[in-house]
Amino acid sequence: MSLSRKLVALVVVLVTVAVLGWLTLRSRDPTAFAGGKRVDLADFRGPDPTGVPQSLADADLAVRGEYLTRASDCAACHTAPGGKPFSGGLAFKLPMIGTLYSTNITPDPETGIGAWSDDEFVRALHEGVGKDGERLYPAFPYTSYTLMTRSDALAIKAYLFSLKAIKYTPPPNDVSFPFNQRYLMTFWNVLFNPGHRFQPNADQPAEWNRGAYLVEALGHCGDCHTPRNILFGLKSHQKFAGALIQGWKAYNITPDPKWGIGAWSDAQIGDYLSHGHADQRSSASGPMAEVVDNSLRFLTDVDIRAMATYLKSVPALSDASGAAAVQTPSTQDQIAKSVGLDAGGQSLGLQVFEGACASCHSFDGNGVIFAHASFLGNRTVNDPAGVNATQAILEGTHLHTTRGKIFMPGFGNGYSDAEIAAVVNFVTGRFGTSASAVTADQVATRRQEN
Amino acid sequence: MATLLINDQTHELDVPDDMPLLWVLRDVVGLTGTKFGCGVALCGACTVHVDGRSIRSCITPVASVAGKKVTTIEAIGETSSGKKIQQAWLNVEVVQCGYCQSGQIMSAAALIESNPNPSDAEIDAAMSGNICRCGTYPRIRAAIKQASQSA
Amino acid sequence: MGLERPLKPIKDKAKILSGGVSRRSFMVTSAAAGGGLLIGFYLPQSIGAKAQIVTTEAFGPNAFVRIRPDDSVTLVMPQVEMGQGTYTSMSMLIAEELEVDLAQVTLEAAPPDDRLYANPLLGFQVTGGSTSVPAMWEPLRRAGATARIMLIAAAAADWNVDSMSCRAEKGWVAHPPTGQRLNYGALVDAAAKLPVPDKVALKDPKDFTLIGTPAKRLDTPDKVNGKAQFGIDAMLPGMKFATVAACPVFGGKLASVDDSKAMAVKGVRQVVRLDNAVAVVGDHMWAAMQGLAALDIDWDEGPNAKVSTADIVHQMDIASQKPGVVARSDGDVAKAMPGAARKVEAVYEMPFLAHAAMEPMNCTVHVTPDGCEIWVGIQVVSRAQATAAQVTGLPLDKIQVHNHLLGGGFGRRLDVDGITQAVAIAKQVEGPVKVVWSREEDIQHDVYRPYYYDRLAAGLDEQGLPVAWNHRVTGSSILARWAPPAFVNGLDEDAVNGAAKELPYSIPNILVEYVRHEPPGLTTGWWRGVGPTHNIFVIESFIDELAAAARKDPIEYRRALLGKSARALGVLNLAAEKAGWGGPLPASVGRGVAVQYAMGTYLSQIAEVEVSKDGEVRVRRVVCAVDCGQVVNPDTIVAQIEGGIIFGIGAALWGEITLKNGRVEQHNFNDYRVLRINEAPLIEVHLVKSTEAPGGIGEPGTIGIAPAMANAVVAVTGKRIRKLPIKDQLQPA
Ligand code: FES
Ligand code: FES
Repeated sequence: MSLSRKLVALVVVLVTVAVLGWLTLRSRDPTAFAGGKRVDLADFRGPDPTGVPQSLADADLAVRGEYLTRASDCAACHTAPGGKPFSGGLAFKLPMIGTLYSTNITPDPETGIGAWSDDEFVRALHEGVGKDGERLYPAFPYTSYTLMTRSDALAIKAYLFSLKAIKYTPPPNDVSFPFNQRYLMTFWNVLFNPGHRFQPNADQPAEWNRGAYLVEALGHCGDCHTPRNILFGLKSHQKFAGALIQGWKAYNITPDPKWGIGAWSDAQIGDYLSHGHADQRSSASGPMAEVVDNSLRFLTDVDIRAMATYLKSVPALSDASGAAAVQTPSTQDQIAKSVGLDAGGQSLGLQVFEGACASCHSFDGNGVIFAHASFLGNRTVNDPAGVNATQAILEGTHLHTTRGKIFMPGFGNGYSDAEIAAVVNFVTGRFGTSASAVTADQVATRRQEN
Repeated sequence: MATLLINDQTHELDVPDDMPLLWVLRDVVGLTGTKFGCGVALCGACTVHVDGRSIRSCITPVASVAGKKVTTIEAIGETSSGKKIQQAWLNVEVVQCGYCQSGQIMSAAALIESNPNPSDAEIDAAMSGNICRCGTYPRIRAAIKQASQSA
Repeated sequence: MGLERPLKPIKDKAKILSGGVSRRSFMVTSAAAGGGLLIGFYLPQSIGAKAQIVTTEAFGPNAFVRIRPDDSVTLVMPQVEMGQGTYTSMSMLIAEELEVDLAQVTLEAAPPDDRLYANPLLGFQVTGGSTSVPAMWEPLRRAGATARIMLIAAAAADWNVDSMSCRAEKGWVAHPPTGQRLNYGALVDAAAKLPVPDKVALKDPKDFTLIGTPAKRLDTPDKVNGKAQFGIDAMLPGMKFATVAACPVFGGKLASVDDSKAMAVKGVRQVVRLDNAVAVVGDHMWAAMQGLAALDIDWDEGPNAKVSTADIVHQMDIASQKPGVVARSDGDVAKAMPGAARKVEAVYEMPFLAHAAMEPMNCTVHVTPDGCEIWVGIQVVSRAQATAAQVTGLPLDKIQVHNHLLGGGFGRRLDVDGITQAVAIAKQVEGPVKVVWSREEDIQHDVYRPYYYDRLAAGLDEQGLPVAWNHRVTGSSILARWAPPAFVNGLDEDAVNGAAKELPYSIPNILVEYVRHEPPGLTTGWWRGVGPTHNIFVIESFIDELAAAARKDPIEYRRALLGKSARALGVLNLAAEKAGWGGPLPASVGRGVAVQYAMGTYLSQIAEVEVSKDGEVRVRRVVCAVDCGQVVNPDTIVAQIEGGIIFGIGAALWGEITLKNGRVEQHNFNDYRVLRINEAPLIEVHLVKSTEAPGGIGEPGTIGIAPAMANAVVAVTGKRIRKLPIKDQLQPA
């Protein structure tokens, strides 16, 4: 961009901030939808919704910190593929803005956070301000962590400081003007950072409050599942209605029976969160599989139930991400059916499916060995845009379960754009409610952005 | 501790639940006819039958087949489909190095068991999960045809 | 790598064959205990060791034929079986001359011994380069015939009749006039005491009863019931299982490894550190795999940490601009080229390739203070023994190698790096240990088919026929690493094989050059089809370019240049006829042709290729005509051609190993893609009847398919493929 165009852009941004900001964009408190009386934690009568589960109450600080670190899923962003845990370097490609890299949060004094004081650490989580006072980008979800209690934040710090220090400097951020003007974040924060600690709701049961703390303060589910406005703030009025992130679809997790998880039983929600799969509903893949892997599978059943309770209480919304209603196709006779489809011009997709997919997913879509591989009722194959199907096939996905590691290799480097588009359309058409119409060009674009 | 029914013999094995059936068969039970080729369900060399259905043993946790009927290449000749396939394999001289053939035969036996007269397209569909680096595909097609005709 | 044992340079195969044979001498000794007749021959390089062999090594396997009083005939098999059917064809050669049923012959894998079991074409004990039948064709028949003649002589003496009046058949010697018969077993002791005839008459090919007839393969029955024993199937009492991670960057070293989590895995026994790798040893492969995954390893990545394929190719481009060592020079290209009516030039590139044999690399080893036993499937048995001796410091005779069936070789098992590593691991382990690589390890630590960067230029006359031909091959030298003595004056005969003296086209001025360029970051080695897989692709594609420039039909154009090679012309015409060259095809389908002379075999392929609007390439049908001279087992030849073609199609479509930050980017069959059955074409193979010396057959099928495909692609799309793999090159932009 030429300088003058850049200045224009800057002005546009600032003006938009000022005007639109106050009118529409301003985030409301994440739990405001529930109504009732919110009180400061200090004045709250009920059992403390923050901290660790009873079972860990007496554990030492670092152990409590480990549980909270997992609940907050720090590893997901602060670990690069193939890199050492918490040493940072994971890239966040943001359209228009550029690429951000997560930081090293191991206790190495030079390259990590070994030299950070308690206050500096807490300030980062609560205000999005770095050690030297620089504004942090909200790819780091401090607008959620700001709700975290200081003691929980310090427990996390204690855990991180108990880890092996790793000397590693992530690549520098590559952010274009005007977004590289970190001071702009000051305005942004006014709009989008609640900037206060979690306030329990006096009119809600203990389980709901615990769930709210886990979902909003620690788990920061909204950072992926709530769509963002033009200034990258969360759209409060579309809370959890689903969004696209890093090329993956974070599904609608509101209680809407058609678009969200309203029709899911508590057991199904629990299974999904703890194990990454709910029969006839969905299997976690991509980023959500990582969340289960690094975070949710370590939470106690009590905490998982609390999260389910809270999620079911948010306003039901129709979908913002475009995932279709989920219904279970009938199991067809294996090979005959698939060959039947051959006539329907699906040959390329079928050909790829036969060789690369059927061994695990099977011709009837049941998943031969792992429930995780089952397509029946699965959201991914019922997405008429085939977004996550495309991504899973390109990139692969993996997940630890009680039965060991489950693994789908990425096929992106072995198969052409046309083949991948064809197999996505074959799978959505065969096992979903409506076939997607993914094109080779779309797959090509997807590759570049990954 | 897992109790497995392999080729009609019961085995009491002290192995981890998540251990893939492939390694239980090869390294613990000593049935080396089932082969390791890729470890991630891409090649079919490890194919065995569980309750008559062909599966990739390299990704099948042993716990998930407890109490089910596991059949391997060593015993497939005792089933009528298996016998037919093995004979056709010999008649047509399918085999080259032979390393993939245990898996090929297990997949082929499962195919004609469920579909006694497969079309060319159905043969390709059922066999595409089994890689053969020696390139015996044309003869695999011919042998399955022959086996399905030998009533 | 391996050992630096002096090897005979690989000279012109035909020359060695005849020369070698004439200098062979035979010996026989009587086997006292148990009785028996042994016939062996010595190769040129073993002359001088004879006396010693006669006195100390006459017994046991140092021979090809062993007949026992119980009538059993044993062939001590010098070649290894990796699917090419050699066990069967070798047995046929002996049985034909010995006059026994194939069923009577039992096989015994030869022990490592270069003096007795060297491959006469390659100079030591090796199975590769499609040489088994060409190399053993005469020696094994001679060994069989010698035995037969001595058995007849023994019987004749016993009956005291003229041996000319006796006949041998199906394991018996008969004397028709008197109707007397004796089985071989009854004759061995007597025969063993007779002098060895120095000249034996071999059967006239027209009298062959076995050779040339389809014989059932001897190795098949056990391969359909799970009984066949591949290297990976070795099972020993008290054996442990290991799997390995070598430094992901070639040339890197192990800096440090934290094995605390690994040792906590149930079933893990030991973590073994080598200077460039870590191995986890456990009660079973699963424990070892889990343990390996749980290691926290720091590598010292060394000098190649930044190497990428792009840099390598850039370097080759630069290297290829300077003249190379002359591999062939006819006439005067420097003069003829400028004088030509028009000039055509092109650059061709071929990728690094992995083998991905179905059986991943593995080796079972038991090292004790005074010995080392190895169970493995390997194409170079004596090298396996030598590397083990080197690693353990034990003398050769303390190293025992049990060779198993190979789950595919394709050239990968001509290198013993996996054995060297396994022995190093076993040295640190109590009792026997089976080392098995994961598929990922197998693909990322292969010995790769070299990247080749070829520059071609041709000068055409007014008719468009070439008057000058310049082909400059740039690539690494496998021979210089693998058989240093065979790398003479900077020329790698293999790198130009198919392009230099074998070039079947008559062109007055020819200059073929070789530029050696060793890429950093990986080791290169033999891959099915070796030099010719690369050269035939380049030459047959370029010839098509010339035909196009001359506006001539590709087959007509080749015919015009093949006047001096009747056999090449023969296979070309046969393939064209059978394929219906010129016949109508759908618009999305085209035909392409290739003709070749390699491994002593003439072969022509015509591929029918479909290209979809998305640029997806699919081979529908391949017609192949083969003239490999005298045929031993025709069905095996057809099978080898079919398999070779399928192997080659996968490589031409997708085969490619690439480096990024010094690491191989491919992992498993998901991203190192090979052909599946639903992608395989119909294949027709037509054999030319011939009594010429037999040629090789394991590789020719692979060699010719890529150019036939590429030429067919041009026929459909007009796009010339000058770089393999084809992959997404035809995708609409
Ligand atoms: S080893 Fe199981 S599919 Fe390859
Ligand atoms: S026969 Fe060798 S891999 Fe199939």
